[in-house]
Amino acid sequence: MATSVQRASQQLTMADLKGKVDPDWCPGCGDFGVLAAVQKALVELRIPTYNVVTISGIGCSSNFPGYMNTYGMHTLHGRALAVATGLKLANHELTVLVTGGDGDGFGIGGNHFVHSMRRNVDLLYIVMDNQIYGLTTGQTSPTSRIGMKTKSMPFGNIEAPVNPISLALAAGATFVARGFSGEQKHLTELIKQGIEHPGFSFLDVFSPCVTYNHDNTYQWFRPRVKKLEDDSAHDPTNWMAAMEKSLLWGEEIPIGKFFERTDVSTLHGAEPVLNNGPLVHGDLKVPPEVARSFVEELM
Amino acid sequence: MKQTFAIGIGGAAGQGVATPGDIFAKIFSRRGLHLNAYNAYQSIIRGGHTLLTIRTGTEKVTNMGDRLDLLIPLNQDTMDRHLQLLTVGAACIYNADTIKPGPAADGVQLCPLPVSELADISRNKVAQNTLAMGAGLHMMGIGFQALEEVLREQFKKKGEAVVAENVGVARAGYDYAAAHFMAFPNPIPKTENRYAILSGNVAMAMGGAAAGVKFYCAYPMSPSTGVLHWMAAHARKAGIMVRQVEDEIGVINMTIGAAHAGVRAMCATSGGGFALMSEGLGMSAMIETPVVVINCQRAGPSTGVPTKTEQGDLWQMLGAAFGDYPRVIAAPLDIGDCFKLIPEIFNLADRFQCPGLVLCDLLLSEGRLSVHPKDLDFNQSIDRGELIMTNGNGNGASIAAARNGDYKRYKITDSGISPRAVPGVPGHIHTVATDEHMEDGVLISDEFTNPIKRRAMMEKRMRKVAGIEAAVPPPTLSGPRDADVTLIGWGSTKGVIEEACEILNEEGVSANQLQIRWLVPLHGEAILDILRDSRHTIIVENNYSGQFARYLRSETSFVPDGHIRKYDGEPFMPHHIVEAVKQQLAGQTKLSVPMHEIMV
Ligand SMILES: Cc1ncc(C[n+]2csc(CCOP(=O)(O)OP(=O)(O)O)c2C)c(N)n1
Ligand code: SF4
Ligand SMILES: [Mg+2]
Repeated sequence: MATSVQRASQQLTMADLKGKVDPDWCPGCGDFGVLAAVQKALVELRIPTYNVVTISGIGCSSNFPGYMNTYGMHTLHGRALAVATGLKLANHELTVLVTGGDGDGFGIGGNHFVHSMRRNVDLLYIVMDNQIYGLTTGQTSPTSRIGMKTKSMPFGNIEAPVNPISLALAAGATFVARGFSGEQKHLTELIKQGIEHPGFSFLDVFSPCVTYNHDNTYQWFRPRVKKLEDDSAHDPTNWMAAMEKSLLWGEEIPIGKFFERTDVSTLHGAEPVLNNGPLVHGDLKVPPEVARSFVEELM
Repeated sequence: MKQTFAIGIGGAAGQGVATPGDIFAKIFSRRGLHLNAYNAYQSIIRGGHTLLTIRTGTEKVTNMGDRLDLLIPLNQDTMDRHLQLLTVGAACIYNADTIKPGPAADGVQLCPLPVSELADISRNKVAQNTLAMGAGLHMMGIGFQALEEVLREQFKKKGEAVVAENVGVARAGYDYAAAHFMAFPNPIPKTENRYAILSGNVAMAMGGAAAGVKFYCAYPMSPSTGVLHWMAAHARKAGIMVRQVEDEIGVINMTIGAAHAGVRAMCATSGGGFALMSEGLGMSAMIETPVVVINCQRAGPSTGVPTKTEQGDLWQMLGAAFGDYPRVIAAPLDIGDCFKLIPEIFNLADRFQCPGLVLCDLLLSEGRLSVHPKDLDFNQSIDRGELIMTNGNGNGASIAAARNGDYKRYKITDSGISPRAVPGVPGHIHTVATDEHMEDGVLISDEFTNPIKRRAMMEKRMRKVAGIEAAVPPPTLSGPRDADVTLIGWGSTKGVIEEACEILNEEGVSANQLQIRWLVPLHGEAILDILRDSRHTIIVENNYSGQFARYLRSETSFVPDGHIRKYDGEPFMPHHIVEAVKQQLAGQTKLSVPMHEIMV
């Protein structure tokens, strides 16, 4: 995201990014790692905290904005991207981060997810994908694997999971990446790139739920994740290749930047109404001669 | 009684009913006349019956009236449905080649046009419409030039040949009428006034622009789509961001997002879309980010009757979103009021940082009315309330006053209003949450729900209700205080009830009217003060169950003497109300459901 990322005049520290309260996530929850990586990325990018808005839906992961010292909105389950789109269009000088869970983003918010990507709204969307509904105490999510036993599917899930990376590629996201909360440096790097990317940046993060998902644990992921950045043949400008890579799952699961293109206009960049700067700074009144022409049309 | 003249033009959708309608509307408005136009149509693009009624006069015309003076049926179906409704003095102009008249009442003039003799119908498919316009114009006693002028404007883009052809056909109709048909006894008058003609949807969209709306988004849904169309067409000139969104859930959430960034943001929908917005309205109230949402009612439930009017969403509005929260709900009284209400409700929403809901209906949204240009004044006063922004658009405390850390977004105050800083303002960082929160925005609901804090926040928000009540005027009674009957209505029925009262007064029944514009706050005490003195009270509303009657009773315990209701999809006509009032005063019934005689 962010075409014109503003820089803070002074060096930021991790303490500058710390919110009013400490996270109430379970000890060991993957979301801690995502929070730390986001804070680190903002420190490294030196974006003034008052110019950042962190927007989430509802879920364990969606408690995220409260743990940040940026402007924040903890909205409704599934609606963060819609709220963020409106906010970004009203003030496109803000750096917008959207955070949430797999249920929030791919389940109840699936419609907004697809449409925000095709619109190329300029923001970074981080999904803390734990393949489970955490906050509601462990039900099947749209990314739960077939066969996984949960409270809502005690005899095992019979529905195929969604593949967020392929879906994002198909929907037209202009930056598509996957991280792992157990790979801090790599994750921080992806977040920085996502913030600086002009357009919709999608970052799916394996963020294990240590309480309710006993299938997809740190131990399960660690031997499997392979960084795309270590593969010298990987070309993130090649959409077809990215699509093929997105289908890999099993003994080897790619993480890293699958795809990026910068030749597509952002939504706010394509709208001439914003040529004179953000709407929020503009004059509220319609110029008198324009108002007069609106009435004369009707006479 | 008011001197008016009404034309009905009917045909199948796609037969060009709208064009003669627009042309007559233009001619009347240029003669300085008032007018009201209502199109009864079906949810189908081609085929399906439509009847456009245009009623004009020198005084304000507030509704479609009871009588057609001139009927122009463009097909047999329209002739069959409507000829029998014409009464003495009326006329019917029709294509004698294709349409056969049925039996007509005495004193109704039948005016057959030999269309194929008068025009080359192989070249001009709408020749019958143009001929009829010319003929009608002559019978109304209007000079041909008025029509020629409008036709020239209409066809200018298509070149001189097309202009000449159409003017020629119209002229042929005009001359034929001069030779063969009897003119109406009272020629259409002329005044020096000039009016704008607009629909309620256009009025609300323009009202939004005048209120300083900078963000509008929508998902198309009849009868609200006209707001989107005006906004989209005028967005660039007015500097408004207009978006079409994936669904109404997205609409309300985007609107809230934009409002949260600090702009005035608005959206409009109909009942089905409004249902999807419900959860979002609660968010607007909980995070205290003001938005204005318009619901243009159509006949429900469910998909219902998409092209027909009703006042059936009152309880949906009242019950929208769960939990208790402050909000304002208003129903515009006429199309001019559709414009005026929007800046007013934005000022309230901004001041009290809560949702402002507008309950309109198809009758106003898609009806058209003549409005004096001074009633479309864009120079509206804008009060953004205690808003803290980086530029001068807010009137909250100066940004220098706060140091990071002290600012409390939900500061507990006597008024319940807490100064609102928008993202991007240095020194005021905070997170808003739909979970219950403390003064600084931190959640109380997840870890430890402190009942004392919850109660304090609930009371803080609800204290705004007293301020809202003080800011909104109570309704007033119009007409003689000491009348035989008091008619109570809300929103769009104002004009038709007004005319029914006039007719009743002329016929010896003195009637007055209490019309409700602000539904929340209702001002129950003031209403009771008025109704306590009334001799006979009747609530008139466009729905099945008496939604307003039930609401008024729930708020005030007031029970009226009778009800007049209509839920057939069409609006009230004055005689529906007049006849029902007489029956009720004669003790024949307490509930009247007038029959809509015109089959549209
Ligand atoms: C409209 C609505 N439906 C249901 C809920 C209940 N709910 C809260 S969070 C959640 C699922 C959370 O799962 P996910 O988004 O994956 O987040 P996680 O807790 O796993 O981080 C649900 C169903 C809600 N808050 N709102
Ligand atoms: S339940 Fe799972 S997702 Fe939620 S905080 Fe605990 S570990 Fe994290
Ligand atoms: Mg989850």
